[in-house]
Amino acid sequence: MKHIVAALVENRPGVLNRVASLFRRRGFNIDSLAVGTTEEAGVSRMTIVVEGDPSISLQVERQLDKLIDVITVENLTDVDAVVRELALIKIAARPDQRREILDLVDIFRAQVVDVSPSSLVIQLTAAEETLDALLENLRPYGVREMVRTGRIALARGARTTAVHEHESAELQRFHSESGRRPEGDLPYVSE
Amino acid sequence: MTKMMGADIVLESLKRIGVDTVFGYPGGVVLPLYDRFPAHPEVRHILVRHEQGAGHAADGYARASGRLGVALATSGPGATNLMTAITTAHMDSVPTLFITGNVARALLGKDGFQEADITGMTMPTVKHSYLVMRAEDIAPSFAEAAYIAMTGRKGSVHIDIPKDVFTEEAEFIWPEQVSLRGYHPVTDGDPIAIEQAAKVIDAAERPVIFAGHGVILSDSSEELRAFAEKTGTPILNTLLGLGSIPPEHALSYGMMGMHGSYWANHAASSADVIIAFGMRMDDRALGRFQDMNPTAKIVHVDIDPAEHHKNVYAHFPIVGDVKRVLPQLTAAVSSNSHAEWVRWIDDLRNGHKASMSVPPGNEMSTQYVLSKIAAFAGREAVITTGVGQHQMWAAQFMNISRPRQFITSGGLGTMGFEVPAAMGAAVACPDRAVWTICGDGGFQMTFQEIATMVDEHLPVKMAIMNNGFLGMVRQWQELFYANNYVDVAMSQPDFLKLAEAYGIHGIRVTDRSQVDDAIKEAAAYPGPVILDFRVKAEGNVWPMVPAGAALNETIEAPEHAIH
Repeated sequence: MKHIVAALVENRPGVLNRVASLFRRRGFNIDSLAVGTTEEAGVSRMTIVVEGDPSISLQVERQLDKLIDVITVENLTDVDAVVRELALIKIAARPDQRREILDLVDIFRAQVVDVSPSSLVIQLTAAEETLDALLENLRPYGVREMVRTGRIALARGARTTAVHEHESAELQRFHSESGRRPEGDLPYVSE
Repeated sequence: MTKMMGADIVLESLKRIGVDTVFGYPGGVVLPLYDRFPAHPEVRHILVRHEQGAGHAADGYARASGRLGVALATSGPGATNLMTAITTAHMDSVPTLFITGNVARALLGKDGFQEADITGMTMPTVKHSYLVMRAEDIAPSFAEAAYIAMTGRKGSVHIDIPKDVFTEEAEFIWPEQVSLRGYHPVTDGDPIAIEQAAKVIDAAERPVIFAGHGVILSDSSEELRAFAEKTGTPILNTLLGLGSIPPEHALSYGMMGMHGSYWANHAASSADVIIAFGMRMDDRALGRFQDMNPTAKIVHVDIDPAEHHKNVYAHFPIVGDVKRVLPQLTAAVSSNSHAEWVRWIDDLRNGHKASMSVPPGNEMSTQYVLSKIAAFAGREAVITTGVGQHQMWAAQFMNISRPRQFITSGGLGTMGFEVPAAMGAAVACPDRAVWTICGDGGFQMTFQEIATMVDEHLPVKMAIMNNGFLGMVRQWQELFYANNYVDVAMSQPDFLKLAEAYGIHGIRVTDRSQVDDAIKEAAAYPGPVILDFRVKAEGNVWPMVPAGAALNETIEAPEHAIH
């Protein structure tokens, strides 16, 4: 089965390498991995979908949590969560097929974001299954190129894993000032 | 505040951490650091002959003393030569700090001379690592590194510093606190978990303790003894747990595992409650996981929650420092004794003792030599070993009685660990005799450090169990590959001439009658000694749990097996 694990990580060089290396070494199968910034500067959120039995997801959580740069780990598999993924799909579309395709786009509440005489780019943000279904329906027209972001997820309701809500103001200041080494203007970036 | 160079900040930081010794090897990019060593005489630099030697020495230093072991190497090959030592220390949770130089910042990633992506390479084998890109980050990185290496589940930390960071100036500000929001090791056991575990322990009829390296790393052998005595629970040790309880203690039943005793392995698989302290349920200790003991209730105490359920499901996992959890558990359990169960194990031991005795006759067996060295050296000496037959026999026959007495590479199983680790132990414990038990194979991997011992006046006694074979490989070829000996007999230099070349004392022992005198002579000699024991060429380590077999499938020596 698939497990969704969300990790808040220090936004430091090498952190993605550490996480990827851990998954490779332990033989955890990554289904998708999405990394992005959060409401707090210096903290990134990784949403990782892993394939495996429940014991795997426990090991994934604990091994992740062992990394010093990983701040918190949350398993969202059995949590009531909003899970979304974005896809961009480029379809071969002759002018006479456009009407049919646009009907499908409407049904799935997707959007057309680019048009050319022989192609369309369709964008859809939805749960994984909905994306799969749209893709299935678009396939007969000819999918020329596609990209998906991988799932991202947030628990529903007021509960959060946000770091700043669980830290004292003093510690927060410590972490955002001295605890983190900013990356700007290092000698090695400028030639 | 006045500014100082990065190199001085490194050395000041080491002093603040309390480091008095660095094992290292210079090279191009660390020259700015070496340039400043004379200005910081509080930090002793020991010049090794190979970076792997520096790494194992730092490891041996840490295991023997409990303090942070530090090794230093230059970029590229210097750094990659540390890899085996970094991995060895990490697998056995030894608190170590590995410092490497790297090419100047502008050259990073340009494949320049002696550049290696050592941060990328060490990532899977360290607890944490730093690539320090500014001189002002040096002090906080060292403070964090020492904190991470020495707390929680201890381990190796790597700091990589580009050459021009050593020469960059910054203010030296030693951080007053280290706070890492992603690192909060739990020390006290959860009271509810303790209570539940105590109930199971109280209800046990055939309980057994697995005591691992965590007991030694956390200096908890007194706490372990108190718990075992109150509950009347027999103690089995993993290889690295040896020394957590002296063998003469009534509840001490020695080593379990692949070459553990017949009675220990059967006690492990017959127990109804297993209480594991600071051990990671390794396959060499447990045999085939699913058949280790499928019916026992398992209480697993470990500071690293990722070890729970990793290999074996724990019914009662307790996250915490063994040093804190043991007294908590001791307070929560009732006084108890398990006379019938203990008698069952005793009977087993009496019936199977012969399978773990020094072989009779006049042959000079490794077992005989090791039991003689152990009797002479006593519990206060430090013993390091390499990996293979001599290591297992040392574990079985050297009467390991004290924490930090026995230093061996358990997890990674690193041949060549013995000599440099002994060197590190000798630096850490100048008042103790240090004996290293070597195979003739492993000795030839790292004996270059004899030169370091000579320079530093480290009187390590190197006892080579010389059988002309890679003994354990030969044993496996004999038992599992139908006597097909392939690349397992090994030639060697004349070890006495080698001793002479290094200007140290050498003794060859070819007959059992010479063993005692040779040991005495070596101990009395005020410097390093090579003892070339020409032991029996072919002999097997028994008992044995073949790879993939269960603990209760322990095989004894054919001549001792009771059918």
